[in-house]
Amino acid sequence: MTTRRQFLVLACGAAAGAAQAQLPPNIEALRKAALQQAVRKVTGDAPVRRGKVQLNVPPLIDNGNSVALSVDVESPMTSAEHVRAIHVFTEKNPQPYIITAHLGPRAGRARISTRARIGDTGAVTAIAQLSDGSFWSDSVKVIVTLSACLEEGLI
Amino acid sequence: MSRVVVNVPAEAKRGEIIEIRTLAGHSMETGFRRTQLGELIPRDIITRFTCSYNGIEVFRAELHPAMAANPLIAFSTVATESGTLEFRWTGDNGFSATHSASITVD
Repeated sequence: MTTRRQFLVLACGAAAGAAQAQLPPNIEALRKAALQQAVRKVTGDAPVRRGKVQLNVPPLIDNGNSVALSVDVESPMTSAEHVRAIHVFTEKNPQPYIITAHLGPRAGRARISTRARIGDTGAVTAIAQLSDGSFWSDSVKVIVTLSACLEEGLI
Repeated sequence: MSRVVVNVPAEAKRGEIIEIRTLAGHSMETGFRRTQLGELIPRDIITRFTCSYNGIEVFRAELHPAMAANPLIAFSTVATESGTLEFRWTGDNGFSATHSASITVD
């Protein structure tokens, strides 16, 4: 005969087992790896240095569904020395990419602005590829109060 | 055909850097959302944007699901000569939108 105590131990054990089986994999580590992979795809193992790039994004975001951001890169934008591309990444979205913009000397000024979706509190990174093949970056930590990507069941 | 809004100055001096702001009406469905029944809503986004100045491409961007709905893209270019600026957005499910604006340079 099963006593109440045995039943409780068994039931809790079963529940814990089920919970463990349903635990998602370590999402944070997966996303970090995805971000690093995405950056490596852009830079191809070339060193990325800090500086020259200024990423403007508000540090506190009320609504992650539409976040105004702009990227400025210090460059004379001549045919000899210009910014080839600007890449923007986020750390916590299901996919790390936001936008890749290809510029050239005809841009005149190395600046783009856009609006992004940001899933969670974390870092936003901008990487600029210059015409001499070097990579420069800037990273901003942002706090998101209402996340994008978490609106399941609303429609 | 989707509604797009483009802001280009009508006149500019030769060599002046002009700012161009573009906005395309599109929901940019990420492909990560679900309906109340748990079905995944398929991805439907604009993936590519190009701007050409008198037939020569001056700006190109690749967009991803992390772009906000109704994607805004602002960039700049040097006003070299009078002519037209062609804007083109292409995306999933054969989405395509174009817009052209003329500019007078003196």
